[in-house]
Amino acid sequence: MFTIKDKENLNNDTVRITVEAPLIADKARAGQFVVVIVDEKGERIPLTLSNWDRDKKTITLIFQNVGYSTKRLGALAKGDSIAHILGPLGHPTEVKNIGTVVCVGGGVGIAEIYPVSKAFKEQGNRVIGIIGARSKDLLILENEMKQVCDELFITTDDGSYGRKGFVTDVLKELFDMVEKSTHTIYPGLVYAIGPVPMMKAVSDFTKDYAVKTIVSLNPIMVDATGMCASCRCTVAGKTVYGCVDGPDFDGHSVDFDELQKRLKLFKNEERIISQK
Amino acid sequence: MKNELSARNKVRQQDALERVKNFFEVSLGYSKEEARQESSRCLQCKNSPCVKGCPVQIDIPAFIKLVKENKIEEALSKIKEKNNLPAVCGRVCPQESQCEALCVLNNKKVPINIGALERYAADYGIDRLSVIGYRLSNENRTPKTEHRVKAAVVGSGPAGLTCAADLAKMGYAVTIFESLHLAGGVLVYGIPEFRLPKNIVQREVDYIKSLGVELKTDVLIGRTFTIEELFKEGFKAIFVATGAGLPQFLGIPGENLARVYSANEFLTRVNLMKAYKFPEYATPVSIGSKVAVIGGGNVALDCARIALRLNKEVALVYRRTRNEMPARIEEIENALEEGVSFKLLTQPVRITGDSLGFVNGLECIKMELGQPDESGRRRPVPVEGSNFILDVDTVIAAIGQNPNPLLPKVTSGLKTNKNGTICVGDNFMTAIPGVFAGGDIITGADTVIQAMGAGKKAALAIDKYIKEFSNTKT
Repeated sequence: MFTIKDKENLNNDTVRITVEAPLIADKARAGQFVVVIVDEKGERIPLTLSNWDRDKKTITLIFQNVGYSTKRLGALAKGDSIAHILGPLGHPTEVKNIGTVVCVGGGVGIAEIYPVSKAFKEQGNRVIGIIGARSKDLLILENEMKQVCDELFITTDDGSYGRKGFVTDVLKELFDMVEKSTHTIYPGLVYAIGPVPMMKAVSDFTKDYAVKTIVSLNPIMVDATGMCASCRCTVAGKTVYGCVDGPDFDGHSVDFDELQKRLKLFKNEERIISQK
Repeated sequence: MKNELSARNKVRQQDALERVKNFFEVSLGYSKEEARQESSRCLQCKNSPCVKGCPVQIDIPAFIKLVKENKIEEALSKIKEKNNLPAVCGRVCPQESQCEALCVLNNKKVPINIGALERYAADYGIDRLSVIGYRLSNENRTPKTEHRVKAAVVGSGPAGLTCAADLAKMGYAVTIFESLHLAGGVLVYGIPEFRLPKNIVQREVDYIKSLGVELKTDVLIGRTFTIEELFKEGFKAIFVATGAGLPQFLGIPGENLARVYSANEFLTRVNLMKAYKFPEYATPVSIGSKVAVIGGGNVALDCARIALRLNKEVALVYRRTRNEMPARIEEIENALEEGVSFKLLTQPVRITGDSLGFVNGLECIKMELGQPDESGRRRPVPVEGSNFILDVDTVIAAIGQNPNPLLPKVTSGLKTNKNGTICVGDNFMTAIPGVFAGGDIITGADTVIQAMGAGKKAALAIDKYIKEFSNTKT
């Protein structure tokens, strides 16, 4: 059993929990995830590690109360226990000093871009953060991101905070500035985490500039150790497993349309269980 | 009464029409009287040919004699001298090609039903297992338990459980590391409830724990701990039994459409995560109404029979004929009786999908048998122009599993063969001293009992290694 040491509602939809998990906290690296089973009848849900504290032996998970299982997880209180947590899983993000890195996070993806931004910053990179949400009240981790970014841009779809528009609008402006400037260069890497359409839009955009772009994919998983192939995605025309080959992949090679369709496999079942 | 040697007592089953509506066990097992009758047929051959057919060398005549004398607990103890998982083996071993194949009564075509008797003894004694376990372990365990040498087992499938149990009986302090949340490996995620009830597996696991084996679930060796760290933690030897869980696909167009499943995913959802009890259990499985299962092995039949029980129309698509199917005859007959439609000499060539990315058909080509191939079976060759579309909305690929690649990938020095199996020497030791491997991870996908046989042999090799190692040190 894994005890919840702290819980905070970041907004109406989004919950942050800090859980005692010594073995995972000890090994966690940016880009990795865990599998959580809320109770003995629960399903296995993959959640990206948003933070960890090796001294306190805790990990931090941030998730949206959108599905049946995340709602159940979100209903737990400080002091309650989670039945099972497995991890850390997946390859850690490859973090090197490459100059300038643009870290793009959308929605709850900001929870996942945060440890990646932090890791790139710690490696001495200049980190430009672009985070976006549908509206002001859904924007999370602004302060945390400020601390690990040299510059941070914020967008909201409805214009209720930051600039109105999408994260790709800011990315486009940054690239335009480089294009017009004589003394700046394109970033060495763009790293994007968020909803599939956002990652696709970022990847489509940077492809024209041949700027390396890494995305962290979020396919459906069961065991998450390479055994069920539920998470298979097509990257560069080949089938790969999100859980053990990823979750990071070259955004320019990912078949996002296929991923988006596969994510809808259990839409009907999700409706059934939500009405339970 | 007629000559008792002449008839083999059939094991009663749930009626086919009934059982397709539930997930309860198909086989009902022997009654006391049936077991007595069947055990009475045993000739108690001096040279025990049946034992030679058993990968774990159970003293079969001896346990059958005890069943005949109605000493069931003693019969179980006799089995347990060699076999740590009798309730499992009595159900899923292919006895017809092992012990029973060597029974001299085959001359009269009525071999003893050894599997059913093993199951009878195991089920009779199952509530007493932990008692027997404590007794066995206390008989063997060295008195200074705090000084016991530590051994680690990676994976809690048949090979891992067997090796752990044998090492514990020898007096080692054994810890099993399992990445899933439940122990049992393929016994819990792979084999369906109606062939191997999960409470039976749980009790076998409890028995092994009663031997003093520590079980740590939710730990993925290679990620949560590395092999190197296990040595640092004081484990003197490590047995890698991570199995063959990497699904194979056909490599045909459309395999990434929604509602195309690997057998592993389908089975894991239904068996391990209990999707057949959705929404009481939260894991879903979405399989439309017409299911095609591709393959001809036990795994394919398990998938097909599960789909039937989920109230679907099921076609089993296999490229050869029934005679070449690798599945057990009993399971083939069960599947036919239950209503699986066999599409034989049929090879899938393409999965078609709708605009939302869901399966809406399986294009196949008819095959005919040509010359024998390297397996000795006649090779199926396509009949040109015979393509047709099978009207299905779900496809399950059950064409085999490869060894799990994760641990070798992240463990430098753990050498593998071209087919992904871990390289081991005669003593099951891998390229890393002190690291042993056995079961499907060194052979590729095989039976439960073969994995158990490997687990036993590896336990002996590990014991020898540790003793030699400590001798050279002192």
